[in-house]
Amino acid sequence: MRIKDDTVMAAPVQAVWSVISDPERVLGYMSGVTRWAIAGDIPAGLGARYRMLFRIGAAEVGGLIEVVEFSAPYEFAWTSITGLDQRGRWRLREAPGGRTKVELRLAYGIAGAGISGWVAEHIAAPSVSRHVRQTLRQLGRLVEHEQLRERAARRRAGARGS
Amino acid sequence: MAQADTTRSSRRNGHEPAAAVDDPGASPPRSSSLVDKAWRGLGGIVQRRIPRADLDERDPDFIREQLPLFWLFSSIWFRGEVRGLGNIPDEGPVLLVGNHSGGNMIPDTMVFTVAFSTYFGVERAFYQLAHNLVLSIPGLSWLRKFGKVAASPNNARKALSSGAALLVYPGGDYEVHRPSWQGNRVDFGGRKGFIHLALEQEVPIVPVVAIGGQETALFLTRGERLARLLALDRLLRLKVLPISLSLPWIVNVGDFGHIPLPAKITIETLPAIDLRAEFGPDPDVDEIYDHLMRLMQDALDALAAERRFPVLG
Repeated sequence: MRIKDDTVMAAPVQAVWSVISDPERVLGYMSGVTRWAIAGDIPAGLGARYRMLFRIGAAEVGGLIEVVEFSAPYEFAWTSITGLDQRGRWRLREAPGGRTKVELRLAYGIAGAGISGWVAEHIAAPSVSRHVRQTLRQLGRLVEHEQLRERAARRRAGARGS
Repeated sequence: MAQADTTRSSRRNGHEPAAAVDDPGASPPRSSSLVDKAWRGLGGIVQRRIPRADLDERDPDFIREQLPLFWLFSSIWFRGEVRGLGNIPDEGPVLLVGNHSGGNMIPDTMVFTVAFSTYFGVERAFYQLAHNLVLSIPGLSWLRKFGKVAASPNNARKALSSGAALLVYPGGDYEVHRPSWQGNRVDFGGRKGFIHLALEQEVPIVPVVAIGGQETALFLTRGERLARLLALDRLLRLKVLPISLSLPWIVNVGDFGHIPLPAKITIETLPAIDLRAEFGPDPDVDEIYDHLMRLMQDALDALAAERRFPVLG
């Protein structure tokens, strides 16, 4: 099952990238995610591994994932090593007015699970879609709020300077 | 000959065959009647059908492929909710001790097994002790691939010493068939073997408290007297012959399967208890038992207080 959604955020691409590439901040905006723990020697970047869990229905599903693409500040992709088969991708692109188009893609399933796997994927899809949408909203709020605070801090510093 | 076979197969499966002989409540041997011979024959068949306790039968790939099906049941039919899995140590052997509900359909075990397997991954060895009769029913051999092994101290030791997580239900058939109006009561029937096991193996105990299972049918009575009368305790290790109102039988005697009502199952995993750290180097088993009972009953009372309606949750 593939799910994707996108939005435009009022923040430069670098500001969005600094949030999504920081594993310490994932729980602050990723809806439904209950665990995102560093699992290995590389805390962030290409090859970093995380143990992640995502609440869906009666269980927290997920497993060990690895970052397989890390092209700052545009592409961040991961794939599963154990647990639920999944691929995820953040795709950031500059938009007019110093804004950023942010796209989140998720593909998931369980190979070999047959008809029950197919049914489970489709039953879970609306809930996963809601979480993807909510994640983008929360990330947008977080990033735009930080932008506002930065601008306010600059204004205050400018006023003190003059 | 049947007795000899029974003894041999009992040992093979990790059971001590002397249990029936030592049981003071067991009826004296009656070898003459045809009915008695038939019962002994049935007991022998069941004992022979109990599979060899082989931990290697657990199959992570099989579990992984079946998880979506059980996730569907767990999420849609039982609206399962499992909390506090983070209280289980991330690695190493651990004894998970649960209260058991729902008759022989064991919905709480299914909901918990799905949640445990997705949380820790199917790669983490996880076994569940099950009643002999469950493992001997034809067509249920796949349960062994999920990590079910016949309930016995030897099998429990084997699982824990291999470094696995082990789920036990000390109340077993006694607790699982309690009347529905006692659904919110933890009742191990005074069974304390699991505490000796945890002390001997030096593993922490994690209490697992579940609610909702006893609402999947209207359980009327355990039928202990009936089980004794029919000598089921001696022949099949069954202390009960439960009677319930359930689908599709309406009146269900023995509970050889039923369609469970879609009751909401909620499970709370409590913090791990290191018995020697908490109760001293030479702990009193009765004190630990009383403490655990209080702890689990309090948690069950809290879960019961959250429920507004039977079945709906």
